Amino acid sequence: MAVELIQLESYLEGFTEFAKETAAETPSWLRELRETAFVRFCAVGFPTSRDEDWRFTNVAPFTRTQFAPARSSSQEISVSDLDMWRMEDAAARLVFVNGNFAPKLSTWNALPEGITATGLRKQIALHPQSVAKHLGRYLNIERDPFCALNTAFAEDGAYVHVRRGVVAQRPIHLLFIATTAETPTMTHPRNLIVVEEEGQVSITEDYVSLGKETPTLSNAATELIVRGNATVEHILIEREHFKTYNLSTLRIEQARSANVASHSFLLGGALVRNNVHPVLAGEGGECLISGLFIGSARQHLDNYMLVEHASPHCASRQFYNGILDDRAHGVFHGRIVVHKDAQKTDAKQTNRNLLLNDNAQIDTKPQLEIYADDVRCTHGATIGQIEESALFYLRSRGIDELQARNLLLQAFAGECVDRIKPGAAHSYAEAAVTQRLALLARPMSVETANPGEDQERSWREIG
Amino acid sequence: MDLLEIRNLHAEVGGNEILKGIDLTVHPGEVHSIMGPNGSGKSTLAQVLARRESYQVTAGEILFDGKDLLSMKPEEAACEGMFMAFQYPIEIPGIGNAHFLRSALNAMRKYRGLDELDAIDFLPLFREKLKLLDMDERFMNRSLNEGFSGGEKKRNEILQMAILEPKLAILDETDSGLDIDALRIVAQGVNAMRSPNRAMIVVTHYQRLLNYIIPDFVHVLVDGRIVRSGGAELALELEEKGYGWIETEARQTAPASA
Ligand SMILES: Nc1ncnc2c1ncn2[C@@H]1O[C@H](COP(=O)(O)OP(=O)(O)OP(=O)(O)O)[C@@H](O)[C@H]1O
Ligand SMILES: [Mg+2]
Repeated sequence: MAVELIQLESYLEGFTEFAKETAAETPSWLRELRETAFVRFCAVGFPTSRDEDWRFTNVAPFTRTQFAPARSSSQEISVSDLDMWRMEDAAARLVFVNGNFAPKLSTWNALPEGITATGLRKQIALHPQSVAKHLGRYLNIERDPFCALNTAFAEDGAYVHVRRGVVAQRPIHLLFIATTAETPTMTHPRNLIVVEEEGQVSITEDYVSLGKETPTLSNAATELIVRGNATVEHILIEREHFKTYNLSTLRIEQARSANVASHSFLLGGALVRNNVHPVLAGEGGECLISGLFIGSARQHLDNYMLVEHASPHCASRQFYNGILDDRAHGVFHGRIVVHKDAQKTDAKQTNRNLLLNDNAQIDTKPQLEIYADDVRCTHGATIGQIEESALFYLRSRGIDELQARNLLLQAFAGECVDRIKPGAAHSYAEAAVTQRLALLARPMSVETANPGEDQERSWREIG
Repeated sequence: MDLLEIRNLHAEVGGNEILKGIDLTVHPGEVHSIMGPNGSGKSTLAQVLARRESYQVTAGEILFDGKDLLSMKPEEAACEGMFMAFQYPIEIPGIGNAHFLRSALNAMRKYRGLDELDAIDFLPLFREKLKLLDMDERFMNRSLNEGFSGGEKKRNEILQMAILEPKLAILDETDSGLDIDALRIVAQGVNAMRSPNRAMIVVTHYQRLLNYIIPDFVHVLVDGRIVRSGGAELALELEEKGYGWIETEARQTAPASA
């Protein structure tokens, strides 16, 4: 408690400073939004493991750390530093350095007429109304203190708007670079994506680090508003360095017959929490929530889904695959809420896990809350090791153990990658996953893999 | 030189001794058939030869092309030219058949110091072998054995053999569960692979396959021992009289400890 007070004090200091610095450019609606959020954050503080939503994730390691707001330093970065994060054939690549839009590092190759892709701060300066009518309307600062904290410090991030009926043939790539300093720094990127009726777009949020491995805190939030009959593919790739704390929330608001696919790839970071929170607010909406998490060493990767069915005839599908090695800890918490009027809801949830080490751990928790009577909800979770018989089959054909293991992991991970539509974003995510899997590849003798026996200890399903 | 020399092989699975002293010599160009009742240890012998680690060799030695087979890992044995067609090929979703086969072939080429083949170089070879086994080109991109019928899986094993061109191929009941047309195609594929430099061990339950693949030698395996060896005519005798008489005979001559 004492620790927490000190922390809150330092956040208060940070907030006061931030408010002062940004006073001139901040319209009153935004100031009010931030202040309300900050008050909320101070009132609740950081979550503890007594909080049901945070039962498996201990945030103490970073709530105890003093993070200073990161200073933008895009001047020190050149385009060539970013070569390894280039999505071939993207319509645009917007670069953000410590949350701040860096137009000089960004490129717009083939953005069709009718699509705006820019920095949030810039958009607020030019067209405040376009932002004011959405920002903060959907993100729930009441239930998640990190969303409150993000809103309190909301300043910049991506703004994407797709005009009615406009179809983007090529994906938009949003690259978020956390640069490291001598001391721990934090950023709160805030993104707003609005796709109007019958629009169509694919957007990749890509979180990476540049510089040496000092701790950083990235606390991002995205509001994705999808109007009637629009189609959106959203991809999140978290692959910051292994000392990073990364929190992210994707809040999706889906109107009638909107179709959204969210794909998360948690590959990097020390402690990562990814919230995906779609609200199917209009009839006939469809939402696919697919995710892959790959952890090793002591990585902690927490996937929290809250799928709200608020209208009839909507379908949601959750498919998450986890690969955990060493002492990595994965969490899959899939909550589905079917509201009273959401008849004919069809909700499905599957979580499959591969544990490569006896010390790796997965907590998987389905949570169904159903207030309508005519619905179909199913859930299932599995855990396993790499199958000896599959490994032997490949090896008996001359493929060495390392490569055989890698092929099997690729296949398991490929299920998630292949839910992305074929194209530039698919190839890009696939490459990121392949790169991550290569780090896992090392031999393990078959004798150490004990099929079946150890499951109780390393796996709990709490229903 | 002998291609395969097995001396006094004893092996156990899960603590039970299954192979109780096998001696077998195979020369290049020969086809040997191993027959025997259910559970006699035929697959165990095949798995030991393919170097499956869960099958533990407790005594004896095996020379493969002059080298100590028992010190090899499965992938090393394969690269040295050992191939086993599985009695029950497993399904591996997510790994494409063509990708898998090219990876396997390239692993072997690398082992032998040859250049790896890219997808374009590999394609004609793959197509040619598909034709040999009367397989559809759709097999190329399907996941490894996933959703294949029993017959398709067996054909896929022979396809792998045709592409990998081993020195010694062990076919573990490749004929089981095949209808007569599929059996002919498989036998044709196998016969096309016969060569003075290659030997085969054909494990089977039934004499039927041996109408199509004529063996030079037939061995009868009962309770972990080869109890009788002979020429192709031994298979016909077994077909006629069943295994009963040979099992009785074996029981009478087996050491009391068994
Ligand atoms: N993985 C295993 N674990 C335990 N016992 C095994 C295992 N594999 C085989 N066995 C046992 O070893 C013995 C020999 O089995 P094997 O599969 O070698 O026989 P087989 O001659 O191939 O029989 P079939 O004609 O049915 O294929 C059997 O008693 C079988 O139950
Ligand atoms: Mg058998």
